[in-house]
Amino acid sequence: MKLPVWFHRFGSPPWVYGFAGACVPWLLICGVLAIAIGAYWGLAIAPTDAVQGEVYRIIYIHPQTAYIGMMAYTLMGIAAGIGFIWRIKLAHAVAVGAAPIGATFTFGALITGAIWGRPTWGTYWEWGDPRIMFELLLLFLFLGYLALRAAFDDRDKADRVSAILAVVGVVNVPIIHFSVDWWNSLHQTATVMQLDDPAMDPEMLVPFLIMVGGFTLLFYGLLFRRLQAGIVERESGARWLRELVEGAAS
Amino acid sequence: MPLQTFLLVLRRDLKVAFRRISEWSHPLLFFIAVSALFPLALSPERLAMTPGESELFGLQSLGIGVIWMGALLASLMGLDRLFLNDIEDGSLEQLMLGPAPLLSVVYGKLAAHWLVSALPLVILVPLVGLSYRLTPGATAMLALSLLIATPVLTVLVAIGAALTVNLRGATAIIGLLVLPLVSPALIFGARATVLALDAESAAGPLYFNASLAIVAVSLGPVAIAAALRAALE
Amino acid sequence: MIDSSISLELTDVGLSRGGRDLIAGLSLSLRGGQLALLMGPNGSGKTSLLRAIAGFAPTTQGRIVFSGGTAPDHTGDAGPTIAYLGHLDGLKKDLTVAENIQFINSLRGISRPVDELIAELGLALAAQRSVRQLSAGQKRRVALAYLSSSSSRLWLLDEPLTNLDRPGRELLGRWLDSHLAGGGIAIVATHRADELRRPGCLLLEL
Repeated sequence: MKLPVWFHRFGSPPWVYGFAGACVPWLLICGVLAIAIGAYWGLAIAPTDAVQGEVYRIIYIHPQTAYIGMMAYTLMGIAAGIGFIWRIKLAHAVAVGAAPIGATFTFGALITGAIWGRPTWGTYWEWGDPRIMFELLLLFLFLGYLALRAAFDDRDKADRVSAILAVVGVVNVPIIHFSVDWWNSLHQTATVMQLDDPAMDPEMLVPFLIMVGGFTLLFYGLLFRRLQAGIVERESGARWLRELVEGAAS
Repeated sequence: MPLQTFLLVLRRDLKVAFRRISEWSHPLLFFIAVSALFPLALSPERLAMTPGESELFGLQSLGIGVIWMGALLASLMGLDRLFLNDIEDGSLEQLMLGPAPLLSVVYGKLAAHWLVSALPLVILVPLVGLSYRLTPGATAMLALSLLIATPVLTVLVAIGAALTVNLRGATAIIGLLVLPLVSPALIFGARATVLALDAESAAGPLYFNASLAIVAVSLGPVAIAAALRAALE
Repeated sequence: MIDSSISLELTDVGLSRGGRDLIAGLSLSLRGGQLALLMGPNGSGKTSLLRAIAGFAPTTQGRIVFSGGTAPDHTGDAGPTIAYLGHLDGLKKDLTVAENIQFINSLRGISRPVDELIAELGLALAAQRSVRQLSAGQKRRVALAYLSSSSSRLWLLDEPLTNLDRPGRELLGRWLDSHLAGGGIAIVATHRADELRRPGCLLLEL
């Protein structure tokens, strides 16, 4: 398949290393800043919810962590798929970089969800709740990918085999989401707060979105950093890397 | 040519399976043993889910859960060596060279395995259902929903087996890989059975599982063939 | 006898395994009727090269083209049939000799009757025994059945003489001669080139 030139540039480790390095400071600083602003706004300025009182403020963290986890997995699946089909090692490096970050955010979603659950409906954990189940299964998908990679000594083998798993997982994610939701609708367990509530007060919506943006920037900042580390690992011994290190040392 | 190869591999794998019958019967016996022993671990009063409910209800609910998990575990145990033998004796490479695509070979192996391990399961389920005092309607639904869901389980566990074929201790990691993927099939399968227990229509979950089976059976083997090729590189 | 209707072209082929580069810049051109012997120490890439030509593993660079069409790519769709004999026999231990050969026949579209093939392989007496009970030499002879399809124009043999007993070696020699005479190509990796050397064959040292 003939690919456009810019695609090939994305496959060049030195170029990507430099690009990622340039982006990281901006992403991290803007991300942290946005989170700080959003957190202050959400915790101190936004009004109290009529129904849930102060507890609702977890909405400025919990949905964001869940969203980032989902985005990370989708990114991982697509990157691994690209790496598998076109045999581009950098794509695999992206997937490997995204996986632990995604897993951590997903774990964070479970924790923040539990913190939310206790005061809201009395329990930290509810086996039937669709969001808890979905986040848990997503976490297992991440861990499975990482566990499979770890089982191989040969990195190229690990890349290819785990890519197949990632693609199968990405295809399955909508199916799992649907089935877990449907199961819950039958069991009528405690209602989870409607996150796509169109009637969200604009005063709450703004900090909510700021937090979404902040976490997204933070995610990409961390991802690019991990990508750089992955490139260094894969390209160790390459001339461009040596020149870079020597140049920095001088 | 693809159909010929499919039938060829199917027949050969069935022949081999019958020569090594213990390899296939162990998971089945394991399933029966586990399902039979489960209630022993629980005392009768605890089987009543909430005060006021009959302990029969608790036993039946337990039975449905145990049978479904048992089906999953049995397929895990039987499938981990599905491809390993063929890689170790070199017959998979020769099959890859053959005129038909690797996909036909994969279908042949999956079909043979399903016939030998899942079909007996579907037939034995009524016996196990009896020991959990399921109604005839629920037992029939259990068998039907297992019939529809076992292809999904087979394909998904086979994906796990193909991905880990060269690894030591593969069985444990297959479980981790496959668990999230099989959850929809388990959820809907168990749901269908519970509905039948309450004498309600289980059409919804059954249809969903049927479409899941169609998707799994058409797309899964593609991933399996890719994984096997990666294993041989 | 060179038959130019069949050809195998390797252009600037590079192979790596486990991160290490084994072969780089290998170019080779073979026509029908030619035999190439691959020699070299263990680990030099003979097996990897044969497997790359067979289509089991990709090359890191370069192209392998068989007979004018693309070489068997990784979707498993082969052009003209290739016959490969590696270190493993490719037999099911639990089935009998006859059952294995029946399977190979059906798989590779061999028109010769199974009994005739079993007789030529010298296994008529062992036909109903399971492969598990055979000696290593006998097993190797059963594996030779993978070569008996006349439509296999390219033979890739990886140290075929290993474990092959004397009747088997003689049989392989005869089959190789008629394969080459019929315009087929053969690449054989071997430590024992003297036994396989023929006039006009290529010697490739890795």
